[in-house]
Amino acid sequence: MLPKWFDKWNADNPTNVFGPAILVGVLGGAIFVAVLLVTWGNPAQTASMQTGPRGTGMSVPEFDVARLAPDPTIDAYYTEAAYKPNGDEELAKDIYKNVQVLGDLTEDNFNRVMNAMTQWVSPEEGCAYCHGDVDLEEYGSDKIYTKVVARRMIQMTQSINEDWSGHVNAVAEVGVNCYTCHRGENVPSDIWFRISPVNENVEGWSANQNRATSLSQSTSLPSDALAKYLEDAEVIAVHSLESREDGVPGQDGYASIQQTERTYSLMNYFSNSLGVNCVFCHNSRAFYDGGQNTPQWSTASLGIAMVQSLNTDYLVPLKDTYPPERLGPVYADAPKAACRTCHKGYQRPLQGMNMTADWPELAVSGTPVYK
Amino acid sequence: MIEYQNIFTQVQVQGKPEWGMDDSDGELTAERAGKPFFSKFLGLFGNAQVGPINAGMLGIISAVCFMIWFNIVGFSMLAQVGWSVPEFLRQLFWLALEPPGPEHGLSMPPLNDGGAFIIAGMFFLVGCVTWWLRTYQLAQQHKMGKHLAWAFAALLWLILVLGLFRPVLMGSWSEAVPYGIFPHLDWTTAFSIRYGNLYYNPFHCLSIVFLYGSVLLFAMHGGTILAVTRYGGDRELEQIYDRGTATERAALFWRWTMGFNATMEGIHRWAWWFAVLTPITGGIGILLTGTVVDNWFIWAQEHNFAPMYDGAYGYEDYGSYEAFIGKEN
Repeated sequence: MLPKWFDKWNADNPTNVFGPAILVGVLGGAIFVAVLLVTWGNPAQTASMQTGPRGTGMSVPEFDVARLAPDPTIDAYYTEAAYKPNGDEELAKDIYKNVQVLGDLTEDNFNRVMNAMTQWVSPEEGCAYCHGDVDLEEYGSDKIYTKVVARRMIQMTQSINEDWSGHVNAVAEVGVNCYTCHRGENVPSDIWFRISPVNENVEGWSANQNRATSLSQSTSLPSDALAKYLEDAEVIAVHSLESREDGVPGQDGYASIQQTERTYSLMNYFSNSLGVNCVFCHNSRAFYDGGQNTPQWSTASLGIAMVQSLNTDYLVPLKDTYPPERLGPVYADAPKAACRTCHKGYQRPLQGMNMTADWPELAVSGTPVYK
Repeated sequence: MIEYQNIFTQVQVQGKPEWGMDDSDGELTAERAGKPFFSKFLGLFGNAQVGPINAGMLGIISAVCFMIWFNIVGFSMLAQVGWSVPEFLRQLFWLALEPPGPEHGLSMPPLNDGGAFIIAGMFFLVGCVTWWLRTYQLAQQHKMGKHLAWAFAALLWLILVLGLFRPVLMGSWSEAVPYGIFPHLDWTTAFSIRYGNLYYNPFHCLSIVFLYGSVLLFAMHGGTILAVTRYGGDRELEQIYDRGTATERAALFWRWTMGFNATMEGIHRWAWWFAVLTPITGGIGILLTGTVVDNWFIWAQEHNFAPMYDGAYGYEDYGSYEAFIGKEN
């Protein structure tokens, strides 16, 4: 194929081309990669948010692609400023039948809230999702379960903003409304049901762990952490607060390895729900020590109490109101909330957008304050 | 001799299988089992001859015990997924045979709530102990030193602390380590978290020093010997009592590098002690945890081993979330 003179020259001048070829290939490849990185930038660039004193390694790192991308549900958020009442309007409770919540609103504001709720919760089904496909005169009926649940959810929203302001307004005025959980869906994402025991043919601690489940964050840690801590309100802390302590594991508050794993499972859930690591709240050299923890730890502790209260007072009692298809797959229990139901993987739900600014009606249980 | 500069042995000699000596009145020969054969593949990594094996009574007891342990663990896992083999394979790394819950203390719990673990654990420990006795016995029969048996005893100490001594001292089998891939790692993490951060346990520190030290010594020694193999340095035993240029060069290399060098014999004592002290110190650290010290971080602060933060905690340096997600206030 090649000219004869070349073959002859080749044969007369034997050279090992592999050494130089590998050298050129490696160097050339390295230069190519370096040029790509310099011109296009590092595709896996990260940034860190400092969460503790210098030198303690406390920071939350995140990839730029995730960090700088806005939460897509922010764009889809519907909001509308309130109509400031004159004080002489007729109120919703006098105009409509069976208005048990939001009755003190003017007609305009009442319909404004109703409209927003359909945008937030049932954008496709519209009013009929709760009121049924009936005439306006029939809207007072409580026949459809969604309406009964919605009423309770309005009360829950008001309670969150009013009684748990320390959590939902911890850093700035943020608050919650229906959209914080629902994000345009009839049933919010990231609700949870009881699933433990997850293993067959065994009892006790052998049965509630060692399976990759949604509630174990796909780890082999216990799958009943949310149920035990956020519904049954068991003690989460496991540490001895003295260097030496008498005790037998599992007795009189001396925590066992198993309880520690369950706590660790809850902490994994926290971390995934907020898209953060341990040192967002804790100084990892002493997890138990509130004095070394960050301010976020106090906010989160309040959040735990809030979720316990929401589950006990609002969500679990609705069990008999729901139709069977809304109940849990294993125990037919009511759907429950936890961190991720609002946070959806972000440090602050909807990246800290103020959800009560336009909705004073949902911020308090009493008469709304219009500014 | 460029063929020798490879991690694989490229020159293999195969002939009549070597049966080994018999220096204990026929006992070693009698207990030798299996027809020896050659494997070119295994020869790449070590000796090409496979077998015969001297199982002995202790070896057989040990193997049977390990097999029973292995089967109890495996079938318990299979039972937990409802005897579904695909699910067993899918969840294999997650599944475990767990110790009893703390409510059972040191009593014998029902089989499906940790009882199977107790039985499996007993077979495991008997298997480990008989294996250790076997290393001792074989060394004795070969009229060797007992270095390997004592080294294995160091590991046995750690195994017994984890599975027997510490649970008994704590008064609960629930403290034992589960038999499972991820679950035993969960145990390790939970153990450190529960007892206030194991990194502040000085014996854990020592164990890590010896563990990483073992790795470093292994690399240094292997590298040194390979580097002087061209001068006969691979004949280490001869070099111990008849020091040649290989030893001189190796010693000079390290003495000029860091002012000190081990000797051809001493380096093996260094390596043996580092390896042996890893599980010995680790076992002490684990045995003290929960029995003597319940929170290692507080213990370390009480003993001026961990610093207290003084003055400003540094909250003013916290990053803001708005800046973090690229939205300034």
